[in-house]
Amino acid sequence: MITLLIFWWLALVLVGAAIGVIVSRNPVYAAMYLILSFVTSAVLWLLLEAEFLAIVLVLVYVGAVMVLFLFVVMMLDVNVAAVREGFTRYAPIGAAVAVIIVAEVLSLVWIKASGLPLATPLASQGGDHSNTREIGLALFGGHVFEFEVAAFVLLLAIVAAIMLTQRQRPGLKVQDISAQVKVRREDRVRIVKVQAERDA
Amino acid sequence: MITLTHYMALSALLLAISVAGIFINRKNVILLLMCVELLLLAVNFNFIALSRFMGDATGQVFVFFILTVAAAESAIGLAILVVIFRTRRSINVQDLDVLRG
Repeated sequence: MITLLIFWWLALVLVGAAIGVIVSRNPVYAAMYLILSFVTSAVLWLLLEAEFLAIVLVLVYVGAVMVLFLFVVMMLDVNVAAVREGFTRYAPIGAAVAVIIVAEVLSLVWIKASGLPLATPLASQGGDHSNTREIGLALFGGHVFEFEVAAFVLLLAIVAAIMLTQRQRPGLKVQDISAQVKVRREDRVRIVKVQAERDA
Repeated sequence: MITLTHYMALSALLLAISVAGIFINRKNVILLLMCVELLLLAVNFNFIALSRFMGDATGQVFVFFILTVAAAESAIGLAILVVIFRTRRSINVQDLDVLRG
C-alpha cells in the first residue's frame, strides 16, 4: 500500500515536471524541469528494482547530458520572445495529438494486451539479488557485439562533436605545428663570413 | 499493489506530453531536443517495466543501449546547434531555410 502511495506521488511529480519542460518560457527552466523528471524517473526505476539503470540515468543524464544542455543554452544568446511566437496557435493541435496518443496507448494496454502480466503485482527479487550482475550477464553473455558497437557510437559522437565545433577564425595568431616541424636548418640559419679584426 | 498497467499508463502519458511538446515548441531547436530526450525516457520506462514484469534482463540491456545512443545523439545535436548559431545568429527553425526544403 505504501509503495502504491509512493508510486502515485512520484508519477504526479514526473508528469508535472514533463509538462513544465514543454511549457516553460525560458530554456534554462525547461532544462531544470527535465533534470527533475530524470531524477524522478530514476527513483521510479529504483521502485522497479532496476538499480543499475537508475544510477546510470542520474550519472549520465543529470551529470553529463543536462550539463551539456545548460552549457549550450547559456552560451547561445537566444531571443526567447521570437522563439515563443506561435505558441498558442499550435497548443490546441499539440493537446489534440497528445490526447489521441494517450487514448490509443491506453486502449492497447487495457483491452488488447492479453498474455501480458498486466494485473499481477511485481514480485520482489529479494535482498541479495544483484541487478548489476543480472544486466552484466545478459550484456556480456549474448550482446557483446552490440556493446562494442555502442562504444564505437560514443567514439563517433566525440569525434563528430569536436570536428563540428572546431573553428579557425581569420587573423588569429596560432602555432602551425606542421610548418614548425617541416622547418629545415637551411631556412633559419645563415652563416655569414665576417672579417676578423683586432681591436685598435 | 503496483501493476504493469500503472507503469505503462505513466509511460503513455509521458510519451503524449513529449509529442505535444514537439508540436508546441516547434520554433526552438533546444526545446525540441529536450522533448526528444523525454520521449526516449518514456520508451525506457516501458522497456524496464516489461523487463521486470516478464523476468527477462534483455529489456534492461536494451535501455542501456538506448541511453548510449541518446547521449551521443544529444552531443552531436548540440554541436550542430552551436555551429548553426555561429553562422546564422539564430536557432529559430524558420531561419534555417538555406537548403530550401
